[in-house]
Amino acid sequence: MTRFRVATFARYAELLGGHDLDVELATPATVADLIAALRMLPGGAALPAAPLVAVNLNLADHSPPVAAGDEVALLPPLAGG
Amino acid sequence: MPLLSAGPIDPATLIAEHDAPGHGGLVVFVGRVRDAHHGRAVRALEYSAYPAMAEAEAAAILAEASTRWPVQVSACHRVGRLEVGEVAVVVVTSGGHRDESYAANRWVIDALKARVPIWKREWFADGTSEWVDPTAAMAP
Repeated sequence: MTRFRVATFARYAELLGGHDLDVELATPATVADLIAALRMLPGGAALPAAPLVAVNLNLADHSPPVAAGDEVALLPPLAGG
Repeated sequence: MPLLSAGPIDPATLIAEHDAPGHGGLVVFVGRVRDAHHGRAVRALEYSAYPAMAEAEAAAILAEASTRWPVQVSACHRVGRLEVGEVAVVVVTSGGHRDESYAANRWVIDALKARVPIWKREWFADGTSEWVDPTAAMAP
C-alpha cells in the first residue's frame, strides 16, 4: 500500500473536512483508483463520479497511473473570474 | 504584478507594464464583484485558489495569447474576501492596433475563467453562503 496526499479546495474541502487528504492505495494505481478511494472517505459519497483531478499541476484524465511523490489535487468545478 | 493577489488590484499598475512605443492599442478588462447572482442579493465574494496550478495555468494562458496575437498581455486575479464593487480580475492587452488587443483580451478572460483553478463563494445578504458551481445549472 502506498499513501497519497491529495489536496482539495473550496466545496470539496468542506465536504471532506479538510484541504489535505490521505488515502492508501495498492500500487500500481490509477487516477480512477484514487477517485474511488476518495469517494470512500467520510463525506466522499457526495463527490461526483468523475471529478476534475490534477496531477503535477496538469488536469489528468482517469486512466494514467499515479506514483508516490506525484502532486495530486481534487478540483471542484472551476469558477474564477 | 503577480498573477494572484491577496490585496487590492490597481489596474494602473498593470497598464504601466505596457510601455512599448509601438503599442498604440491597449485594452483593459476589469471584472468587479456584482451585487446579485441569479436574483439573490450578494454582499461579498470569497475567492479561493490552488495557487501553484493557478499561477502555472494563468502563465500558460498569457503565453498562448501572445503566440496567437501580436500582443503583450498581463493579468491579475484576486484571492480572498472581496466586497461588492471591488476589482476581482484585470486583463490588459496591448498591440499595434485595437483589433488584436480586443481579440486577445476577450480570449484571455474567457480562458482564465475556464481553465484556472479558482473557486468563488458568494456571501448573500441573508448571511448564508454558497460555493458557485457553474456546472449545477446544467444538472437536471
